[in-house]
This record gives sequence, C-alpha cells and structure tokens, in this order.
Amino acid sequence: MHGFTPISSALGGALIGLASALLLLFNGRVAGVSGIVGGLTSGHADRGWRAAFLAGLLVGGFVLVSMMPAAFLPSARASWPLLVVGGLLVGYGTRMGSGCTSGHGVCGLSRLSSRSLAATLTFMGTGFATVYVVRHLLA
Amino acid sequence: MSQFIAFISGVIFAVGLAIGGMTQPHKVLAFLDLFGKWDASLAFVMGGAIAVYMPIYWLARRRLGGRLQLPAAQRPDRRLLVGAAMFGVGWGLVGYCPGPALVSLSTLTRPALIFGAAMLAGMFLHGRLGRR
Repeated sequence: MHGFTPISSALGGALIGLASALLLLFNGRVAGVSGIVGGLTSGHADRGWRAAFLAGLLVGGFVLVSMMPAAFLPSARASWPLLVVGGLLVGYGTRMGSGCTSGHGVCGLSRLSSRSLAATLTFMGTGFATVYVVRHLLA
Repeated sequence: MSQFIAFISGVIFAVGLAIGGMTQPHKVLAFLDLFGKWDASLAFVMGGAIAVYMPIYWLARRRLGGRLQLPAAQRPDRRLLVGAAMFGVGWGLVGYCPGPALVSLSTLTRPALIFGAAMLAGMFLHGRLGRR
C-alpha cells in the first residue's frame, strides 16, 4: 500500500527511544506500555505517573488524529470476534509475559536482558506464525 | 514533576508510534508477513528506538545506578514465554500491540474501540486470575 518506509520508521523509532529515555532519566522507570497501563488495572500504589503517561498517549492520539489522520488508516480490518480474541490475547499475554514490544522489544533488548530477548523472539515468532497461518494456509 | 515528565513522554511516544507506522495495522501485518510481500519498515522502528535508548540507558546506569527501578527477574521462565506467545498471536491476528492500540482509541473507530476494550479487559483479567 505505502510500501517500505525506513526513514520515517527509524525517525518514529528514535522518538520512541527519546520518550523512553525521558522516563528513565527523570523517573527511573522502564517505558513498557503494557506494564505502565497494567499497573493501573491491578491496583498499584504509584498510579500518578502511570495515569499521566497514559493521558499523554491519549492526548497525543487526539492531536495526531486531527493533524495526520493518514497515520491511522486504514483501521484494523478484522471482524469483531477476532478483535475481541486478539485484544484479550494481547492484554492477558503482555501481563503474563511481563511486557510488550516497548518494555521487552526496546527497553529490555537495550538492557541486554535475556528475559526480554527470549520474550521478543517468542512474540515475534508467534506473530510471524499467526500471519502465515491466516494469510497463507487459511486464505 | 514526575507526572509532568510521564505525560510528555507519553505524548512523544504517541508521535513516534504514529510517524513510525505502528498505528497502521496493515503495515504491522505486512511486517509480520515474512513469507508474503514482506515490509521490513517496522524493524527500523525498533532499531531507531534502541539506537537512541541503549546508549542513554548504559550511561544512566553508571550515573544513577540504584535510583533506577529495573525489573528484578533474571532468567526466562514458563510464564514469560507462554505470555509472550499469547501476545504474539493476538498481535498477528489484528496488528495492534498495546501502545498503538491505546493511541488509536482517539480515532473513535469501531475496530480500535473494540480491540482496546478487549485488551484492557485481558489485562484486568490477568490481574484477577493470573497470579499463579
């Protein structure tokens, strides 16, 4: 559709790295989205900064939707049962596995954590396998 | 102060996800489609993020040491691997991981709202049932 976008993707990645570094330098925290938000749903004591980070994501989203709507298009094409199953798996799995693409894939790999490497290889592997099954075996 | 920093970090994080292409499920699925028309772009998101974060992390560790709150666990275990495997399947089915799913709520489109609600329910469910 839009094809290969190495420059904008690397630039976006650098901003994610910068945002994560801010959280590390000023708050001493790992910028893992599932961990930050999961902490809100499971009654952690330190809710303030978690809620603030989530608010930043959402406010950022609202501004971006009006300024660069193409960045959100087209929206996910899955049917609603698939959306529900996928959402449950992503929510439950990232909490059970202590992290997602940000916490394991960016922060954890940067720390050279063996747990994060194992987790990243695993979710990438099952992600590749899932798309292979859906697009090439079932389609 | 820490809340202000966290808010700013969240905003920059959202901008990075959108510019990087992570909020376009079709692009994520094209990245995961190794055996089809593979679009490697999103590997550059991870590469760009690590290129910035990694040197800052190692400098910070030397300077700030004990003031960083880092994960305590050291070795991979079964919970980690099963959880990560489940996450990958959900990611591959729809094309949203947690950050982009939350940022995309702002589109107020049906798929983003359904997925986001289910994801938060999954997190909540784990908080209730998942502790061993």
